[in-house]
Amino acid sequence: MLPLLWLSRRGPRDLAPWLAAAADAAGLVLLLQFAPRVFAGEVIAWRMDWVASLGLALSFRLDGLAFLFALLILLIGLLVILYARYYLSEESRLDRFFFLLMLFTGAMLGIVLSGNLLLMFVFWELTSISSFLLIGYKSGKTEAREGARVALAVTGGGGLALLAGVLLLGHVAGSFELDAVLASGEAVKQSALYLPILALVLAGAFTKSAQFPFHFWLPGAMAAPTPVSAYLHSATMVKAGVFLLARLYPVLAGPDAWFFTLTAVGVVTLTFGAYQAIFRHDLKSLLAYSTVSHLGLITLLLGIGTPLGAVAALFHVINHATFKASLFMAAGIIDHETGTRDMRRINGLWRYMPYTGLLAAVAAAAMAGVPLVNGFLSKELFFGEALMLERGGGLQWILPLIAVLGGVFSVAYSLRFIHDVFFLDRPLDVERTPHEPPVWMRIPVEVLVAACLLVGVLPSFTVQPLLEASAAATVGGPAPEFSLRLWHGVNVPLVMSAIALGGGVLLYFLLQYGLDLHTHVQSRNTAKRLFDRTIVALSTAAARLTQRAYAGGLTSGVLALILAASFAGLFPFLRGKGAIGSLATAPVEPMALVVFALMCVSALGSVFVHRQRLIAVIVVSVVGLTVALAFVYFSAPDLALTQISVEVVTILLLLLALYYLPQEAPPERAVNRALRDFFLGCLAGGGVGWLTWAMLTRPHDSISGYFIANSVPQGGGTNVVNVILVDFRGFDTYGEITVIGIAALGIAAMLGGVKLPWRQADEAGRSWAPEAAHLPLALLVRLLLPLALLVSAFLFLRGHNDPGGGFIAGLVTAVALILLYLGAGLEWTRQRLAVNYRAVAAAGLLIAGATGLIAMLGFDLPFLTSAHGYVHWPVVGKVPLASAMGFDLGVYLTVVGAVMLALTRLGEAGLPFSAKRPEA
Amino acid sequence: MELLVAIGIGTLTAAGVYLLLRERTFSVLLGLTLLSYAVNLFVFATGRLQVGAAPRIQPGVETYADPLAQALVLTAIVISFAMTAFTVVLAIAARHRLDDDRASPSAEQDDA
Repeated sequence: MLPLLWLSRRGPRDLAPWLAAAADAAGLVLLLQFAPRVFAGEVIAWRMDWVASLGLALSFRLDGLAFLFALLILLIGLLVILYARYYLSEESRLDRFFFLLMLFTGAMLGIVLSGNLLLMFVFWELTSISSFLLIGYKSGKTEAREGARVALAVTGGGGLALLAGVLLLGHVAGSFELDAVLASGEAVKQSALYLPILALVLAGAFTKSAQFPFHFWLPGAMAAPTPVSAYLHSATMVKAGVFLLARLYPVLAGPDAWFFTLTAVGVVTLTFGAYQAIFRHDLKSLLAYSTVSHLGLITLLLGIGTPLGAVAALFHVINHATFKASLFMAAGIIDHETGTRDMRRINGLWRYMPYTGLLAAVAAAAMAGVPLVNGFLSKELFFGEALMLERGGGLQWILPLIAVLGGVFSVAYSLRFIHDVFFLDRPLDVERTPHEPPVWMRIPVEVLVAACLLVGVLPSFTVQPLLEASAAATVGGPAPEFSLRLWHGVNVPLVMSAIALGGGVLLYFLLQYGLDLHTHVQSRNTAKRLFDRTIVALSTAAARLTQRAYAGGLTSGVLALILAASFAGLFPFLRGKGAIGSLATAPVEPMALVVFALMCVSALGSVFVHRQRLIAVIVVSVVGLTVALAFVYFSAPDLALTQISVEVVTILLLLLALYYLPQEAPPERAVNRALRDFFLGCLAGGGVGWLTWAMLTRPHDSISGYFIANSVPQGGGTNVVNVILVDFRGFDTYGEITVIGIAALGIAAMLGGVKLPWRQADEAGRSWAPEAAHLPLALLVRLLLPLALLVSAFLFLRGHNDPGGGFIAGLVTAVALILLYLGAGLEWTRQRLAVNYRAVAAAGLLIAGATGLIAMLGFDLPFLTSAHGYVHWPVVGKVPLASAMGFDLGVYLTVVGAVMLALTRLGEAGLPFSAKRPEA
Repeated sequence: MELLVAIGIGTLTAAGVYLLLRERTFSVLLGLTLLSYAVNLFVFATGRLQVGAAPRIQPGVETYADPLAQALVLTAIVISFAMTAFTVVLAIAARHRLDDDRASPSAEQDDA
């Protein structure tokens, strides 16, 4: 239960920094409580099914590896919160910043604590999104927006690959639960899908951890506020990729593909990043490339595939997080104090801020791998591993050399960070005189640097147990024997360290004084440019495609749809599947003949008169009425009632539309077009007609028998149609009334603030009656309204057993109300009937949803399960008091609200402004 | 009888499609209305045609009209109304903003 608790504590709304810190500290305390059990090798798990059919579960799992990462996330998170509180200037919106930071922290914790691969992916994407928002926090700056966009595109793209990889992995392992996946390592490695899985998972991990050639987003992300960089780009976000590799280590590690890919990518990233870092002029950019390089190192160590390599990798994760976070913070302090991060301008700061300089120097020493600091120890382990490599042919010789070379570079850039900034000359045109930062900004750096030193001097007392627990969890067996000591005696790794140190110092001073680093023109970021060009090309192509598809406006789109549908429908006919069935047909009755003849005639008539719009509306309404008659004739009274009331509303709507649209359309000149459409219409109509005929003459097999048999015993109603709507298929109906509500809202939104021309005459110049009300109609309506409402109540109540129900009653009510508006005028009615129809529709949806939830929460039954009983009312008769009634009430209110909202808004839009009242 | 219904639905479809492809938005609206009548009737017909069948459960009655198709069509009618209303307002708003009630901008060039 506890991991979930942390997560729910992650995202409170009103975020003051202390609240964030409190949530973080609480999480930390909870985590530490588990420490003894985790160190004893126990796996603490908690799970709840989420979408069981997809294999997705809310499953959390705390083992050594998760513990290590969660500890780093929370500890460094706490320090970053403290630091950010003082770093961010007062005008920045702190609540937004801390909200995002906490969202990110929660997502990151989710990744490391997930016990289900799909859940982990969800959190993985969450980190991409929240980091996008954090990097783009200063949204006014172009580089911040661009950096955020690139980071999102790269890590999000990798995330998609990861999803595919995870799905394949779950398929092979037979489950998405981490326990099951970790146990099926052999099966995965034997599987034919191993290579695709590896490629996809690595694509996810490499993009996240900024491995070459995806490294370019990380320097761009330096546009983020420095606390974000200190957190995301040292300890957390970029470590997610490495975490994934470590997490899936027992499943994927071992085969040649893993070994060669990871070592090759790791080696290239390590050296490339370190080399680039030397030549950066921006402090944070230097640190970013250094991070790229260190992540390459960790990838390389995991790729080597020996247990000791995994230990070294995890150890370096800890060390890198501590020293890089403190260096970012130091860079932030310098930026804060001088107003720039350009190393060509900030020099000789030692005399202004010696204390910060000292802290930065210790942290930089750790980055360079100087003895007595933690970076040294993990670097020694790495050198040791590089020497002991047992596979890979020529790599055995190359790897130690590259290791030393990487060491030389990292010493050089670490030295530059210190020497260039704190010594070497004086500051150049810096905006203000720098001085030491406020004490609370320094404390996080002090804590981290102290940690670097402690681990560096006394490794076996500080990190040994943590490392053992996490290494055991990573390799999925007992942790290898290892001893972390400062002094192992004179051996080859020590010599390599010495060469790296000496070489690095030499290289730096050669470059600085021999070549004058400050004049070095930075090479352009090739990968980034390639990426940019691809993005530009993609968006141009997309724009072109859209333009082509949309060029013709609505008509061409409709045309394409009709053509596609016709051809799709034509296909089965051509394959001879359109034969007429053998079922006997019923004889034609004269009544039906009249109805259908009227239907056809008026449908065709509407085509001929469609330019005289008023007449066309009347003709179309005749079609609607014949459809209603057809429903009556074929034993569907519910449908007939619905059709008639909808017909009334539709005609009113079309008439209202005519008020705003031209009354007549000019003739169309294009004869070709009319011919084409005539042909298409015949094709579509003939096809559909034939299809109907073929269908009606073939045997019929329906699942309706079930509904008919169970309507009374299960649904408690004899009107099967209504029982299906509110009970059997209640969820569908719920979705449908939601659609209706959304359509009404859309109408209200489209008309919001629109003032349509107020017309007083038709196009022929005949003026319309200026009175808002029509007296006889107004009087009549006042008599009719109570009656109509009574009828709708009656229809509503009996709906469960006889034709009627929420939809029909709602429509009848709406028709009655509209009549009132028509007869008495908009203004008069509104004064007496101050109803907010939007609220009515919303209330309907809420009631319908609530009845469903009551069944689910109160009685532990599926959503919208109905209970029923009967109440005998005078006159109305036996009324079923099913809980479905509550649902039907929701349907009723939604229909009334939506119809009235649409029509009154349309009516109001044409009124002169003085008559309009502000929205309720 | 079946052929009669088929002809009816076919005619509605043909008229609907033709109007849907007209130049002015109001004709498109009429076309949409006719087409939704046709579709609703078609879905209704999938439950087969029953003349004089009992619409509600009654003791001793064996044949009923297919309630499932009716339930589907009932909501379809209401939803197609919501759709029509939305399109009507869209047409009005478009005419108001663009001062033109044509369904597509390029129709002008087609005509010329």
